Amino acid sequence: MDRRQLIQTVSAGALIGPSAFLSGCASMSTNKGPKVVVIGGGYAGATAAKYIRMWSDYTIQVTLVEPNPSFISCPISNLVVGGVKTLADITTPYDNLGKRHGVQMVQDMVASIDVEKRTVTLASGASLPYDRLVVSPGVDFMWEALPGMASAAAKEKVLHAWKAGAQTVALRKQLEAMPDGGVYAMSIPLAPYRCPPGPYERACQVANYFSKSKPKSKVLILDANEDVTSKGPLFKKAWAERYKGIVEYRPKHAVADVDAQTNTLKFEFNDDVKAHVLNVIPPMRAGDIAVKAGLATANKRWCEVDFLTFESKAAKNVHVLGDSIQIAPAMPKSGHMANQHGKTCAAAVVALLTGKEPNPMPVYNNTCYSFVSEEDVVHVASVHRYDPEKKTMVTVAGSGGVSSAANELEGRYALAWARNIWADTLA
Amino acid sequence: MKQFIRSIAAGALGLACGFAQADALQVRSLAASCSACHGTNGVAQPGMESLAGKSKDDLLTKLLDYKTGKKPATLMHQLAKGYTDEQLEQMAGYFAALKK
Repeated sequence: MDRRQLIQTVSAGALIGPSAFLSGCASMSTNKGPKVVVIGGGYAGATAAKYIRMWSDYTIQVTLVEPNPSFISCPISNLVVGGVKTLADITTPYDNLGKRHGVQMVQDMVASIDVEKRTVTLASGASLPYDRLVVSPGVDFMWEALPGMASAAAKEKVLHAWKAGAQTVALRKQLEAMPDGGVYAMSIPLAPYRCPPGPYERACQVANYFSKSKPKSKVLILDANEDVTSKGPLFKKAWAERYKGIVEYRPKHAVADVDAQTNTLKFEFNDDVKAHVLNVIPPMRAGDIAVKAGLATANKRWCEVDFLTFESKAAKNVHVLGDSIQIAPAMPKSGHMANQHGKTCAAAVVALLTGKEPNPMPVYNNTCYSFVSEEDVVHVASVHRYDPEKKTMVTVAGSGGVSSAANELEGRYALAWARNIWADTLA
Repeated sequence: MKQFIRSIAAGALGLACGFAQADALQVRSLAASCSACHGTNGVAQPGMESLAGKSKDDLLTKLLDYKTGKKPATLMHQLAKGYTDEQLEQMAGYFAALKK
């Protein structure tokens, strides 16, 4: 038997590919078996890629297309804005998805999806065929709602920092450069948006920084919503007690436009607000590729899915996960929830590609921690189950709740949560 | 008696008929809802409790005590209330059978 024959025999017998044999690695890639392409390596997409490999006993081929070289977490990124953590602290390489799980990583953007031919075309021009496609591109911004933000110069000056990465660091630098006595103003769009408590946590982190380094400065929150959308009493308590005289909260302030040159927010009914550092969190919708592929069927904004499988209601063999979906009632657009979408979808994709019935009764949970200072944290938790009559996910009556008060123990749990979910998603 | 129940359970686990298989996959998905905090296959990163390979009885007692409020917690009491006693037992059994 020559070497090639030996490899072929081993491959056929164990359903593993030559690369695994040569590298002697437990994880493996193979040219056999159904093909799944995953678009987007965030909390949902990366989890789905890993678990499809694991739960198919490494028989389904998975290619993950992600433009960024490494994973940068939105959860904990407000601590980078506040100066307590660095970008390196919230960055995890994608290596283990390939090394341990045999996910084929492709660093590229997706240019188009052909749902009839079942192919994905990359920006580089390459074409990837699929049996099932997982679309998990997160959110993109509805810039058309803010005409003054159209130019690249405006976007470079007035930051959102709502996708963790370069803008997170840039916003931190703007805060550091701001003179004491300055005003940081943040605008919040109408719900639904990614991470409901995120803006209020950010206000706490900036106020914490100001209280220590720039005590004459102000944090001004301009919220399009009627009231704080998550953990309201806990955040308001932190602002009133910990950051008295620093944080001011103004509800029902929907931004109509932005003058980036003068750092001014314009409202439909309220007076203009000028600030030294302007942080505009624009209204959001499903990621561009999902909209372009015709998957955003709810108000051309979010993607409707079957909650048993996360299969799109607009295209067969296409699943949509994470922040891009039209959420079920009381289901937040959170990283933890996206991780749970990833596993529910992975189980369904494995079942569908191996001729089994998908789980008829998914049950999963959400846990979300917010830092109100460097150490003290508040949480919101909930459990969600499939309702066969309503054909959607509902919260389980009597489950869930929030912290009774901000506390340091949950500060430690919050960081442990981050370590664990990053490993569950990526390692 | 407990031992008797255990041996029946062990016997039932050995039956790999189609129905039991589907059920097992459902329990695997149920248990995976814990792994965002408690690690893939119940093996946690530092700062959270690993569940893999723990005694089923201990895990179930703990979960039921969270559910009834007997055992104080930051949030596990709120999460445990979202699962039926049967689901908690299935998850406890699943994690107990995993390698540490």
